[in-house]
Amino acid sequence: MTDQAPEPIPQADPAALAAQPGTTGLTDGEWHRLHPASPLLKGGIMLLAIIGFIVYNFRDTLLNTWLGGPEEEDPLTWLIETQGVGLIALAVAGLLVVLVIGFYLSWRFHTFRITDELVEVRSGILFRTHRKARLDRVQGINIVRPFLARLFGAAKLEINVAGQDANVQLSYLGSVHSDQLRAEVLRLASGTRQREAAEQAAATGQPAGIVEQRVHELLAPELDPNAAPPESIVKMHPGRLVGSLLLSGTTVMLIVMVVGVLISVLITRELFWLFAFVPAVLGLGGYYWNRFTKSLRYTIASTPDGIRIGFGLLSTSNDTLPPGRIHSVQVSQPLLWRPAGWWEIKVNRATKSSAQDAGAGQQNTTILPVGDRNDAMRVLGLVLPTMTTEEAQALLTSGLISRGGDDGFTTSPRRARIWHWFSWRRNGFAITPEAIVLRRGAVWRQLLVVPLARVQSISVTRGPIGRAMRLADLRVQTVAGPIMPYLTSLDETDVVRFFDEASAATIASAQNDTSHRWRSAGQG
Amino acid sequence: MTDQTTIQAVEWQRVSPKYVVVDLIGYLLSGLLFTGISFVPHFLFGWDWAWLIPVAVGAFWLVMVILTPRRVRAIGYALREDDLVFRKGIMWSREVAVPYGRMQLVDINRGPVARAFKLSELKLVTAAAATGVVIPGLPETVAEELRDHLVTVAETRRAGL
Repeated sequence: MTDQAPEPIPQADPAALAAQPGTTGLTDGEWHRLHPASPLLKGGIMLLAIIGFIVYNFRDTLLNTWLGGPEEEDPLTWLIETQGVGLIALAVAGLLVVLVIGFYLSWRFHTFRITDELVEVRSGILFRTHRKARLDRVQGINIVRPFLARLFGAAKLEINVAGQDANVQLSYLGSVHSDQLRAEVLRLASGTRQREAAEQAAATGQPAGIVEQRVHELLAPELDPNAAPPESIVKMHPGRLVGSLLLSGTTVMLIVMVVGVLISVLITRELFWLFAFVPAVLGLGGYYWNRFTKSLRYTIASTPDGIRIGFGLLSTSNDTLPPGRIHSVQVSQPLLWRPAGWWEIKVNRATKSSAQDAGAGQQNTTILPVGDRNDAMRVLGLVLPTMTTEEAQALLTSGLISRGGDDGFTTSPRRARIWHWFSWRRNGFAITPEAIVLRRGAVWRQLLVVPLARVQSISVTRGPIGRAMRLADLRVQTVAGPIMPYLTSLDETDVVRFFDEASAATIASAQNDTSHRWRSAGQG
Repeated sequence: MTDQTTIQAVEWQRVSPKYVVVDLIGYLLSGLLFTGISFVPHFLFGWDWAWLIPVAVGAFWLVMVILTPRRVRAIGYALREDDLVFRKGIMWSREVAVPYGRMQLVDINRGPVARAFKLSELKLVTAAAATGVVIPGLPETVAEELRDHLVTVAETRRAGL
């Protein structure tokens, strides 16, 4: 390659890494390039698909040409007839050259730099884009390794910034560097300056030899032992995962469908109903398989820079959520899970991941796919580090399993039972110094926790019927996500008291909150 | 204190009385429009009972128009020490408290009718889309002063997201 640029290209040069043990050298405020295989990994798959599509479409013609058979009119036959073989070869060669040049240029023009304050990415050949993101607004860093990229030893680093589609993607980086780079970016985001960061970084030994290194990376556990305590606080048993999937609402739907089809067949005596069923079965099978492989090898662990959640079997994803980036937490238990005592935990975050490879839609908000009550409490302790006192734990436990009554929650009055037949005893709220805790549902149990420092606003609503019954609804506004923290049909005086207390507590805790600069604030 | 059934504030600021006219015009126009549309089944299909639809629709909008002065009087906001409280609605009432430090930006919008009456609408945006605080019917100068005030206090109380 005719590369005369003075800029270092650390990805392609393992020696550069060896020269600077412990750091990637990528956070020095200079412009850097991505992994050389990036365009291939991003565009190459598309290219393969296009070639496959063409071959598939002209399969008949090709077979006919080689094996003899009835001639058909299509562009390829026409080309071959008009002595196009040379022309085709020329076109293919030209296309290849254009592609290679395009790939090379897009790689050359795609640069990024990370300074103390910002991460910047420049990309595009004709249409240049330049994206800057402030490090103190980082909501999390996600490392995604699609299977193909893993073979190349590459990984996609996604820096989540607050806002819709406001993420900065570095795809792809060398797999080894990405873990290290994430640690460095988080360290910068935490308020630690560049020089200290270099001092803090510990030297890490990498196994020599490219092949050995690849094998090591592919087989190694998801978490870099230096970057995180490898001990996941939740052990995900495959059996439990299968069980949780089988006992999900999707299965209920499937059973209803099967029964419906069987009835149709019995009534109409027509077997074609079974075939109508095939696409649905295929789709559901894919869904189960996806959920299963994506939740396999699930790990969750605490690191100094936040919670680290790993997912995935072939394509892996590994997300780090710094402290104070979780806007609300929901622990829920569908009815079918109750005999097994399983719970699921979701969170609201101020960011939407655009990475689809490793099931971003799932792992970005679901932080515990399934676990028993101990698991759930451990994960809650991790995402709500301020609620680990004994009282708070007791409150959370009664929020999970209590049937209601006098247990720290202010619940709906008896007259609200026409709205909440089974759950009026459970339907209630509690305000602790750290968070607003909402509990609802007796059949589908849910516990919602909104840290006070993350509350955006609080509202109270009342309709005409509620007014007549002296009932009111309350709602806590947080960033958009799968969780909606609201309660309906509570006593009006309780709701007004909630409004006053919660708004005062919100202001107090927002003023004391320093979690966006978690290290310089001296917090763990 | 604990037995109150409505949100108490030191003093509720009311929106401009002129906003009644603006709101009235809006409701009259949309009332006429929807009532007009609801005549369609009557002319198109000629059912015997089809005339009931425009009557019902018209009655609904008439009630809306009649209630407008009360509804406008029910809109209020109060600037407390650390947050803004907004309330609206008579049948379906809603009260919201937004801490100043949570405001991401403050918008001023003017509709064509409101502009004729020199009124503006102030919109508070937080990180949560559901906050939805829009204070209508503020005189232009009041709206601008309020915006500048809110931006200043939001800046001094700025917190993370």
